[in-house]
Amino acid sequence: MADKATIIVHSGDMDKVYSALIIANGALAMGMEASLFFTFWGLQRLKKGGLERGPLSKMNMLGLGKWMVKRKMKKAGVASLEKLLQDFKELGGKILVCDMTMEIMGIKKEDLRDDLISDYCAVGTYINEAKESSVTLFI
Amino acid sequence: MSDIKVDCTGETCPIPLVETRKALRKAKEGDIVEVIGTHPSSKKEIPMAVKALGLELIDIQEKDGVWKIRIRR
Repeated sequence: MADKATIIVHSGDMDKVYSALIIANGALAMGMEASLFFTFWGLQRLKKGGLERGPLSKMNMLGLGKWMVKRKMKKAGVASLEKLLQDFKELGGKILVCDMTMEIMGIKKEDLRDDLISDYCAVGTYINEAKESSVTLFI
Repeated sequence: MSDIKVDCTGETCPIPLVETRKALRKAKEGDIVEVIGTHPSSKKEIPMAVKALGLELIDIQEKDGVWKIRIRR
């Protein structure tokens, strides 16, 4: 089995996108391959200008909770989602986008950051990647 | 051969690990990568990555909460 991590990014919540990117970067840093498969609400974060726009998954309180958490993150020296995404690409990570859910979510190719995306695909590609992966997660 | 220095002081998970990996990718065989940082778990985890990558861990030092890890590519 290839040393690979395949993660489905279903949620667009800020904290969950953090988890996905941190785990994926960790896998790459430990010498594994990594793919992020964006679907449903996760797709919103790949829209131009959309990466940091996700709400907090709990106690968002119309953005107040998110603002407080972001302030704590800044104090703790946590990297931005944009840095984590750029590092992910630099270390050879792949971003896959589900085209079926793009249609459901009303997202067009030109809405997305096309330069980051390795492929537009569907469940077959996910399964193909996942069956070769020692780590797969649904976030 | 050259020495590559990576300063991750004040950075937290996963940046020290990621910056170490980025430096190791850029290094040539025989180069020494020296990472300094303050994030406690990274001090344990960078050596795990070095092992997983099949590289040589030269040494780990720590003084006043600042650690220094040297790796040979």
